[in-house]
Amino acid sequence: MTDPAPIHQGIHPVTLTRRPDFYVIGEIIPPGSRVLDLGCGEGELLAWLAEHKNVLARGVEINGAQVRKAIAKGVSAYQGDIDEGLADYPDKAFDYVILSQTLQETRAPLQVLREMLRVGRRAIVSFPNFGHWRVRAAMLFNGQAPKTDLFPYDWYNSPNIHFLSINDFEDLCREHGFPIEKRYFLAGSTRITSFPNLLGQTAVFLLG
Amino acid sequence: MIVETKSAQFDSIALEGGATLTPVEVAYETYGALNHERSNAILITHAFTGDAHAAGVAHDSGKPGWWDNMIGPGKAFDTDRYFVICSNVLGGCRGTTGPASLNPATGKPYGMSFPVITIRDMVRLQKMLIDRLGIARLLCVAGGSMGGMQALEWASSYPEAVRCVIPIATTWRHSAQQIAFNEVGRQSIMADPDWNGGEYYENNKPPARGLAVARMVGHITYMSDESMREKFGRKLREKEKFGFDFGVDFEVESYLRYRGSQFVERFDANSYLYITKAEDYFDLTNGTGRLADAFRTVDTRFLVISFTSDWLYPSYQSQEIVRVLRRVNGDVAYCDLQSNYGHDAFLVDVGEQTELVRGFLDSTARIAVAA
Repeated sequence: MTDPAPIHQGIHPVTLTRRPDFYVIGEIIPPGSRVLDLGCGEGELLAWLAEHKNVLARGVEINGAQVRKAIAKGVSAYQGDIDEGLADYPDKAFDYVILSQTLQETRAPLQVLREMLRVGRRAIVSFPNFGHWRVRAAMLFNGQAPKTDLFPYDWYNSPNIHFLSINDFEDLCREHGFPIEKRYFLAGSTRITSFPNLLGQTAVFLLG
Repeated sequence: MIVETKSAQFDSIALEGGATLTPVEVAYETYGALNHERSNAILITHAFTGDAHAAGVAHDSGKPGWWDNMIGPGKAFDTDRYFVICSNVLGGCRGTTGPASLNPATGKPYGMSFPVITIRDMVRLQKMLIDRLGIARLLCVAGGSMGGMQALEWASSYPEAVRCVIPIATTWRHSAQQIAFNEVGRQSIMADPDWNGGEYYENNKPPARGLAVARMVGHITYMSDESMREKFGRKLREKEKFGFDFGVDFEVESYLRYRGSQFVERFDANSYLYITKAEDYFDLTNGTGRLADAFRTVDTRFLVISFTSDWLYPSYQSQEIVRVLRRVNGDVAYCDLQSNYGHDAFLVDVGEQTELVRGFLDSTARIAVAA
């Protein structure tokens, strides 16, 4: 596989700071793949994949303003709900279905994961790790709903409705037979290998 | 941009209903320049009462085109980049053959002897025009309302001849409510004694009252409760208190009457009947309801746009199209734009629509170059 342009050359630096998992996802996906990005936001990842890896890119996003920006970038995004939208796709319609930093916002995460693996040959799931030591410390010392870099919201305005750690996700995959092909753990944009559930801020799982 | 309507003649066209029109003429305008590869042509399909004059300033009347805010240098349909074509629909009254045209067999206007036409027939005539212009594959067909139906029909009938379509504020089949409003318009025209079975051309006395009422009803359906409230509220027209008679009291009455009377000046009542009938017959699935079949072979890209306050062509109708395209793994972008303008939004509230269309066309053009 030829090495594509580094992802930091194509995506706005602010976005990459916010979404370090894009680096990993950009590396995982081979050229020419069919890719569906659930919760694609303004379509930055898809636009990058389309340009540098020549993927067939589709996106779903519930936020109208973000869909607009994605379409304006030339991404085939549609405004819709992840929880409902996947049902329309035929089996294995995509090589990769991406759920980047959105699992914790879905109403029925288990169903979404099942559907991702039905619609896609593989699924890429990334999420902020609720087991990170800073989150644990915030809870332990403040006794309040944690508010950290990873979880910057107040409890009442957070889009996150489920909280999970890396270990939680591993358990879920084991229980429900979701095959984990690869796992990547990031602290900031640095990959780490030891004590991921304690030190990892963002986890990226390749399922399938 | 001063523009002039041109005309193309064809020997005949075979219609879906079985009849053949001989000969047939189509009025069209073009903006911008066709490139050497003939790959930058965009067909704009107009809504019910639109015409070929979509953009620029008409050289005779000085009037701007009906989508001049969307078509022109630097606009959504950028005429510095694209060659834009718009033609008057079959059955229309603005230069293309319709019920007011002379029937060569009788030397008189067709009137109600004009054959019933369909959206598919309109599109077939557009395809003949595009062939005549030497364009094998359009970059895009785009239009709102009935123009959106034509765009969908293009994707279904001639998928190999169009790279992308932009159906806006439209439906894949006319609903009971849409048919109902059209029927009110038709009955209003036919109830006017001046309609005279469609024969009013020779005495030059068209069913002006019936046609005006039809247009008034139409205008209500193009707006929204909110836009009417904002625009008119309960404001009185040039008076401080009620007249206690049946003259014009409210601004909204005055507006509708004005719109009705204006419309009579530019539109033929029989065309109203024929074109609304074509809309009502429109069902991309020919009654099977299996929309996926209509898009079986598609590699056409779709940008579907609806508007939140459009109750005449509600968003769910666009979403049905999008869902089916997903089912056949089609390439579809969709946005439900926030607007208070109702169905009229695609004509008047064009800021965000421009953003979508520009990006979508640009990416399609890039794919076209790569291919």
